[in-house]
Amino acid sequence: MFELANPKRFMQFSGALLPWLAGAAALALLAGLVLGFRAPPDYQQGDTVRIMFLHVPAAWTAMMAYGLLALASIVGLVNRHPLADVAAKTAAPLGAVFTALGLVTGSLWGRPMWGAWWVWDGRLTSFLLLLFLYLGYIALGQAIEDESRAARACAILAIVGAVNLPIIEFSVDWWTTLHQGESILRKGGPLIAAVFLWPLFLMALGYTLLFFSLWLIRIRTEILERRARSLMLSGAP
Amino acid sequence: MSEFLSQGGYGAYVWPAYAISLAALGAAVALTLAAYRRAKRRLARLEGKL
Repeated sequence: MFELANPKRFMQFSGALLPWLAGAAALALLAGLVLGFRAPPDYQQGDTVRIMFLHVPAAWTAMMAYGLLALASIVGLVNRHPLADVAAKTAAPLGAVFTALGLVTGSLWGRPMWGAWWVWDGRLTSFLLLLFLYLGYIALGQAIEDESRAARACAILAIVGAVNLPIIEFSVDWWTTLHQGESILRKGGPLIAAVFLWPLFLMALGYTLLFFSLWLIRIRTEILERRARSLMLSGAP
Repeated sequence: MSEFLSQGGYGAYVWPAYAISLAALGAAVALTLAAYRRAKRRLARLEGKL
């Protein structure tokens, strides 16, 4: 882990890993799409069940990304390692995209199934808060010019904001809601049929691998940019 | 074919969900790759100069 924290090693390692990661993401997404459109309509939800194959993976990835952002922030704060700061910073815009997709696809699913684009219940509201946390994190980072100060302030925001993750997770148990409860990762096994579970699993895998692929590329980009900046500073006439 | 497009009458919800997801993720991929290439070119230029 800390071997990889050396930027040079990280560049070698991530460069070798990326083609496999991106290839696996593409395969999983393709297979998920094919199975998703070959699945029969759900007996209650009809064909809107196909929105689930986008909505649930987006929401999961958005939450995972925030968890990773918060973890990287802790490592950045405690160990003062620049690579952890870079990892946290570069995860945020990606997380925001997946969060926005979770909200939009949820809205497009809620309208035909609940009769409402939006309701202010625990799950939806806490998930909207996740988007604001991401946007606030990005804005805060851009507002502070000094790199390490920005990283520290952002890390604190990210860690405090992590309290929202269990709130999202348990919101469907704590408050009355239109949003359905946990039906996949539950005690006693999933509640949905295999014909829906497979495309859902493949899409979730594809979204996760896509996130990691893009994350690695963004970390690499930031490392190159920082190298260029230090070259400019040291080599400027 | 038209049955596929209508998605049991829910096409107006299913297709936008797929179109928006594809557009957003496609844009994320394109922007991420473009920034990477830009940074790579810039560094190469700088290293060539020094």
